[in-house]
Formats: sequence, C-alpha cells, structure tokens
Amino acid sequence: MSMTVIGELLAAIFIIAGAIVSLISAIGALRFPDVYTRSHAASKSSALGVLCVLTGTFFYFVFADEYISIRLLLGIFFVFLTAPVAAHAVCRSAYRSGVKLAEKNPRDDLKKVLWQEQHD
Amino acid sequence: MFNLILTLALFIFSLSVALFLYRVVKGPSAPDRIIAMDTIGINLIAMMAILSILLKTYAFFEVILLFGILSFIGTIAFSKFIERGILVEYDRDR
Repeated sequence: MSMTVIGELLAAIFIIAGAIVSLISAIGALRFPDVYTRSHAASKSSALGVLCVLTGTFFYFVFADEYISIRLLLGIFFVFLTAPVAAHAVCRSAYRSGVKLAEKNPRDDLKKVLWQEQHD
Repeated sequence: MFNLILTLALFIFSLSVALFLYRVVKGPSAPDRIIAMDTIGINLIAMMAILSILLKTYAFFEVILLFGILSFIGTIAFSKFIERGILVEYDRDR
C-alpha cells in the first residue's frame, strides 16, 4: 500500500465519522424541547464531528503530500477550545435573560441560588 | 471512490446545515437562533476542510482559522448583548 492510499483511507474514515456525528447533532438540535438541551446537542457533538473532519484532513495532507499544516493544527486547537466556551456563554445569558426550561423538567436548582444571590 | 466519499460527506454536512437553518428560522427564543448560527459556522469550517481536499489546495486553511475566530467572537458578542443589553462596558464609575 502506498502512502497516498493510507492517507485516503484514514481521511475517508475520519470524514465519514465526522459527517455522521454532525448529522446526528443536527437531528438532536431539531428535536430537543428547550434551549439548554438543544445547546447540549448542538455544541458538543457538532464540535466532535468537526474535529474528526479536521483531523482527517490533517492526516490526508500528512500522508499524501508529506505536508504538516501548522494552520490546520491551530484550527483544530481553536475549535476544541472555543466551541464549549461559546455554548456556555450563550446558555448563561439565556438563563439570566429568563428563557424558560421545558415543562417536563422537574427541578431547577439554579433558581434558588440566583434568588439568594440577588437578595443578599 | 475517494472523491465520491468526500462528496457524500459534503452532502451530509449541507443536510445538517439545512436542519440548523430550520432551527434558526423557527427557534422560539433568541439564544436558540444564536446557538444554531454558531453551529452552522462550525459546520462551514468542516465543509471548507473537505473542499480543500477535493480541490487539493492549501489556500483554505487560513479561511478555516479566520472563520473559527470570527464565529467565536460573534457568538460571545451576541450572548453579552442578550444578557446585559450592551456590548462594551465602561466600569470607571464603580
């Protein structure tokens, strides 16, 4: 097996896995009942899918061209770092601006803590 | 065969972008729309990576980095705007 074939095989496996994970995360973001569960589906699993695709691209260019792309590594690192932070910030602002939880949700622990914080 | 797999992955990614676009249009609250827009941006990064394999070029890697940074800054700015109503705070009179 030549190096190009190995690179194509690795890239194909990673890219198909990433695409399927991303589709599953899109279905989750479509079907979950409220903002918080939707962000759980949309941010984490979508970041995993994109990381799989970027890793597959990196391996393809390493094996086929013997080209180690520092920019692609930086992109992987940056997506890995920023996707959870962005989702956390949006969820925090959603809770503090008063977006309701789903009705079938039995308890809300943050409400008591926030109420105490505001009345101290 | 490899090109077929890449095209199939591009198709799946565009399908998931379409599903998120439905969430952007329908989403009952503003944070729904912001999360969906952020995820569309991240999916666009993956589509650019696949496209750079298909076209066999290194030119899109800068676009990947730039798009990641811009999407992150936009999401953070929107979340601050929703929470406080302002973007830049001046803390001098505290």
